[in-house]
Amino acid sequence: MTASDAPKRMDRQGDAPDTARVAAALEGFLAEFGPRASIYLNACVRCGLCAEACHFYLETGEAKYVPIGKVKPFEDAYHRTTGAFAWLMRAVGMAPRLTAAELEAWEELIYDSCNLCGRCTEVCPMGIDIAELVAEARHGMYHAGFVPDRLAEITRNAESRHSPFGTPEDFRRTIHAIEGEFGVSLPMDKPKADLLLTLAPGDLEEHHRSVVGLARILDHLGVDWTLSSDAFEATNFGYLSGNRELQAELTVRLVDKAKEIGASTILLPECGHAWTAARWELSRWYDGPLEGLRIRHIVEYLAEAVESGKLRFRQVRETATFHDPCQQIRRGGMERAARVVLAALGFDLRELPDHGETAFCCGGGGGVLSNARAEPLRLRAFELKRRQVEETGAHRFVTSCGQCRLSFDRGRAATGWDKAVESLIEIAAENLVEDTRDAG
Amino acid sequence: MSIIEFLEGPAWKASAAAFLIFAGWRLVVILTAGRRHPGAEPIGSPLLGAVGTTLRHFVPRPAFWRRPKVWFVSLAGYAFHLGLFAVLLFAAPHVAFIRDHILGLEWAALPRWGFIVAAEFAFAGLLTLWVRRFVDPVVRLVSRPDDHIAAGLTFLVMLTGCMALGEQSVALRAIHLGLAELWLVYFPFSSLMHTFTWVFSRAVTGAEAGRRGVHW
Repeated sequence: MTASDAPKRMDRQGDAPDTARVAAALEGFLAEFGPRASIYLNACVRCGLCAEACHFYLETGEAKYVPIGKVKPFEDAYHRTTGAFAWLMRAVGMAPRLTAAELEAWEELIYDSCNLCGRCTEVCPMGIDIAELVAEARHGMYHAGFVPDRLAEITRNAESRHSPFGTPEDFRRTIHAIEGEFGVSLPMDKPKADLLLTLAPGDLEEHHRSVVGLARILDHLGVDWTLSSDAFEATNFGYLSGNRELQAELTVRLVDKAKEIGASTILLPECGHAWTAARWELSRWYDGPLEGLRIRHIVEYLAEAVESGKLRFRQVRETATFHDPCQQIRRGGMERAARVVLAALGFDLRELPDHGETAFCCGGGGGVLSNARAEPLRLRAFELKRRQVEETGAHRFVTSCGQCRLSFDRGRAATGWDKAVESLIEIAAENLVEDTRDAG
Repeated sequence: MSIIEFLEGPAWKASAAAFLIFAGWRLVVILTAGRRHPGAEPIGSPLLGAVGTTLRHFVPRPAFWRRPKVWFVSLAGYAFHLGLFAVLLFAAPHVAFIRDHILGLEWAALPRWGFIVAAEFAFAGLLTLWVRRFVDPVVRLVSRPDDHIAAGLTFLVMLTGCMALGEQSVALRAIHLGLAELWLVYFPFSSLMHTFTWVFSRAVTGAEAGRRGVHW
């Protein structure tokens, strides 16, 4: 595989010379070469089957989108620096050499054409978690300054302004505006609370009903909860961009705030990668479970409340299909929880041809939605999903991830598709019943 | 010392030692690389996940049954590997070699027809997968020189093994043994190491899947 298979000119951040960029990339890659990456990079037999699971390959037919090919610079760096015979390969001049041109050329493959969805793992005979390798490769790419400009800008906002959405002051203003718009009370900055509710930029910018829905559900359950203007951000653009330092900062910020206010729960909103970053990546920064503090996702939280009889809904009694957000379902373990809520709402669920843990991504995950340059490719993935949704013949189209909804909305706008995608949490909140006798 | 005596004696011992030392070294380096994260608080069992994923990936999962290439590669892979293991462990000359030079034990060997069937499966599988490296754009793109060298060496070892099966020609036997020893020396430096790494790869993925309560 050569760099000529990828576009030549990508985005660059900073003005570091190429040698410094390569050194920075190597440093980032080296930090990721643990036993897991090492095992994976020594197990691949180049069968190419991972392409058979990747929506970008399936929709375009372009060989360069084969998932394992996307981590070539990362793999080359491993064999040059860390592999068992790196010393020998360097001594005889056979060690792969990283160049700035190659890194730049691979930017499209590492950022634009991978949603970190992990579907390729399921078809790989070796079970290699290629999405994890791509996420690790992004660390080096970020340090080298080879990140899509739009994604880099959002990441800088998360770093300098507290959140991609804005500053704590922006947050306070928006929360007050939502309170005024919907006539609800959204507790903020309480010194003590049992639950810290976090939100995603999409909730604050476009999905105000989700914010209100979350509040209604928590109030209905009688939870002592609060938002925090200095720890409100659920998304983690450090994780998506490869900025591990920022990833740590954003995660630690939530945990510290929860501890400060004595919360036992950090609740994540309808967001996929927030779940991955906070729940599964947490152990990068903390040794072992957090004492007295749990990180929960609203979908599992809701399912638990339904199953314990604390929540009842008016019955919708319509057909619906459900898009499984990759980070919540395939990589997050909430397939059953989402269906518990759908069933409790009385939906007649018409599953997509590929659903649950083998569902296709919306095309916007893994930072691709935030990467304006990737839109044409993202729309190709959207087409696959659109065909599958139409195939079900379901009346309503529901999902539980704000990023997926934004991705579908962008796709709908670009293609003129008239199928609205709805939020599971919003539907749940709108159909809450106070008295269980009203549930039928 | 004749060539065959050299190949059966010092050369065999040297190649076996190289195989053991370098393959062992590579495994040690793989398993001790870098920093290990402790893992998030589990939803499910990492151990059961590791076992489940290791077993699950023996057969393509239903979501991929509609993809012809998945079947093609899986069936060719099984034909090659099962045929190769049958020949490697149960061909009469190999049983004798293992008894005389490695374990001191022997077991029932394949009858001649069994050897031929196993060898045909192994050749069909290997050649199918190797040709695919040249003709399938995806596999051609990701294939490395090592993949071709490993396939080529394996093919030559198998081919000369079939030619030497009758054991009438010392020269043919020497060629086969020499190539097998070359293959052993090359093994630890190549993708042939997947013989050992596949189980670690599936297991670490499965452990993480088990931790998250999913089934990768």
